[in-house]
Amino acid sequence: MSVIFLLITASTVVAGIFLVAFIWAVRQGQYDDDRSHAVRMLHDPAPPANETPVDR
Amino acid sequence: MIERFQYDNRVVKNFLFATILWGLVGMLVGLIIATQLVAQNTGPEMWYYWLVRPFTWLGEMQWFTFGRLRPLHTNAVIFAFVGNAIFAGAYYSLQRLLKARMFSDMLSSIHFWGWQLIIVAAAVTLPLGMTTGKEYAELEWPIDIAITLVWVVFGINMMGTIIKRRERHLYVAIWFYIATWVTVAMLHIVNSIELPISMTKSYSWYAGVQDALVQWWYGHNAVAFFLTTPFLGLMYYYLPKAANRPVYSYKLSVIHFWSLIFLYIWAGPHHLLYSALPDWAQSLGTVFSIMLIAPSWGGMLNGLLTLRGAWDRVREDPVLKFFVVAVTCYGMSTLEGPLLSLKSINAIAHFTDWIIAHVHIGGIGWNGFMAFGMIYWLVPRLFGAKLYSTQLANVHFWLGTLGIILYAIPLYFAGFFQSLMWKQFTPDGFLVYPNFLDTLLEIQTAYWLRVLGGTIYFIGACIMVYNVVRTVRAGKLIANEDAEAPALEKEGELKEVGHWHRWIERRPVQMLVLSLVVVGAGGIIEIIPTFLVKTNVPTISSVKPYTPLELHGRDIYVREGCYTCHSQMVRPFRSETERYGEYAKAGEFVYDHPFQWGSKRTGPDLLRVGGKYPHSWHYYHMYDPTSMSPGSLMPPYLHLFDDALDTTTTKQKIEAMRTLGVPYAEDFPARANVDLVTQSQAIVAGLKKDGIDALADREIIAVIAYLQRVGTDIKARTTEVAVVAKPTP
Repeated sequence: MSVIFLLITASTVVAGIFLVAFIWAVRQGQYDDDRSHAVRMLHDPAPPANETPVDR
Repeated sequence: MIERFQYDNRVVKNFLFATILWGLVGMLVGLIIATQLVAQNTGPEMWYYWLVRPFTWLGEMQWFTFGRLRPLHTNAVIFAFVGNAIFAGAYYSLQRLLKARMFSDMLSSIHFWGWQLIIVAAAVTLPLGMTTGKEYAELEWPIDIAITLVWVVFGINMMGTIIKRRERHLYVAIWFYIATWVTVAMLHIVNSIELPISMTKSYSWYAGVQDALVQWWYGHNAVAFFLTTPFLGLMYYYLPKAANRPVYSYKLSVIHFWSLIFLYIWAGPHHLLYSALPDWAQSLGTVFSIMLIAPSWGGMLNGLLTLRGAWDRVREDPVLKFFVVAVTCYGMSTLEGPLLSLKSINAIAHFTDWIIAHVHIGGIGWNGFMAFGMIYWLVPRLFGAKLYSTQLANVHFWLGTLGIILYAIPLYFAGFFQSLMWKQFTPDGFLVYPNFLDTLLEIQTAYWLRVLGGTIYFIGACIMVYNVVRTVRAGKLIANEDAEAPALEKEGELKEVGHWHRWIERRPVQMLVLSLVVVGAGGIIEIIPTFLVKTNVPTISSVKPYTPLELHGRDIYVREGCYTCHSQMVRPFRSETERYGEYAKAGEFVYDHPFQWGSKRTGPDLLRVGGKYPHSWHYYHMYDPTSMSPGSLMPPYLHLFDDALDTTTTKQKIEAMRTLGVPYAEDFPARANVDLVTQSQAIVAGLKKDGIDALADREIIAVIAYLQRVGTDIKARTTEVAVVAKPTP
């Protein structure tokens, strides 16, 4: 039944790292408007032709 | 500043074509094994004899028996068909939703080819009998490691794209992809912990009840986080896109997401109701399954209501037709699932074809139709051509729908009727159908209709292939699609206002963390107590480790996939204890790596088969099952009589078992083969009495040894069983 130690250790370490990251992120917190996103995903504007893309 | 960039369509195309290819393969294997279940009972006098005879012949070759092909079917459909569809759909939608090309073209490539190689490896190893014997996790450890690596590549590629995105907000579909990635990674790793003894064989680290809990925690969540959450992500992208209107309620999608991933992870034990799993764990599984109705139906309604005011377009657009039926099937199976997890319904439905019907409503209804709709929507866009024929797509839609109906409804009846036959008693208190086979032969008509439904569904998919090929030929792949978007503004410029959930939507890493914490909590709370609380698994003093010969026999049992048709779990019902014997106790399975409880009875339960028949019965039965049970659907296992048992691995196997905590004596591994030979000769002597001259070194002897041992330990004091030499602990 030694697997229990593996499970607990792995979970605790992972959860700990994530908790730190979470707290760090909360302190950087920002908020946004809502409602617009459901509509915005419908628009995929195509750029005018004959221009070179910058990011490949 | 407006930036110009290009979307990578080539990787989407690759995954999409792989989806179609493996979809056909997976469905075809399904058709083959469905036909094997009816082909056995055809005589030359029947007109379809020559039609189904090849399937019988195929099923009698060791590589293509039902037991070896069924894992191939499930793995191909889940990980090859649905898996590639997830990747195709996600790679297309991620780029557009994030306004960025995928993080790395090379990682995309490694992901694609790595995944295809894994599928090919599965297609080769499973028919060869290399299996861990755990459902939907059958692939052996080297492939498990490859899956982990490719999954990490996918994760890096996705998270990298999210980090370099030009759209701060993470659309609802992306949350589902992230949760999928995190949870599948965790499930796969935890359930695949195994001890290798060679490149092609390993033992599950867990035993018996623990193994069952870990396995169904995995198995249930493979359904939840491989077949459901990623496809919900696809639904939230492709359904609004195809309907050209926003999702019904964005707020509902947020609630849907969090509640779904929180609840799903707890429901696994509903696969083990009335089993030897502790009662509290079973009840927990049931409670959370019932609660799951709310988020599941929230998602279904959100999808269907997106079409409000656009139902006229559903009439004309095959893509929307496919989506509507897919989402409806999702709603049906997510209502049915919780109902099946009620103990009273589970008592009837479990181990029957009802469950097969249920998963196919999900598989060919929800996943299949979502994938088809997505393919019809994507191919014209990727190739800059109109779909070759809307009419053919409509034909595919109707054939598919008819196929689903013809597949599922007969099996619902079959499952229900067979279960009632299992449970039926005469007024005097005897079983009406004491012979299991009689109940199976009663439902052969349903098995035929299943083959018919599956064939129609498959023909529909073939029509799609033709349609796709013509469309592709008419156009040209737009490998790199031009796009433009403003660069991502600095975070500091934003004001800190709005709903708290907005905050998390813009932070992928924190999102990943939160998902893992939410999802992990459920699993840990359920699994850890079973490991900790000793009383959960009462030890039974008479339960002893397997002898070396029995262990070999058990490994052959696992290799042949016997668990795909035979359970080893007698539930505490009078109908089952009358038919099979004493109900299963948790303490009986403490040396079972892996557990072999099974999930479907196409044949009778085998937990109490030990000592039930003489050796010679098993010998004849494995050689030709119909000689002992006329009409049997089981294929003969002739190779067990030809192949010598590989005793070179005995020492390694016993040592591996010792590592896993099985109490063999320290010097036992070295002398295990001596014990093995003694026991084989005893069995051969027993066969000799019945007039059979058997060779002691053949695999069949080990199989007989195992079958005579299974489930006998608890009746050691009351019943005389086959004399076997047990290792002294």
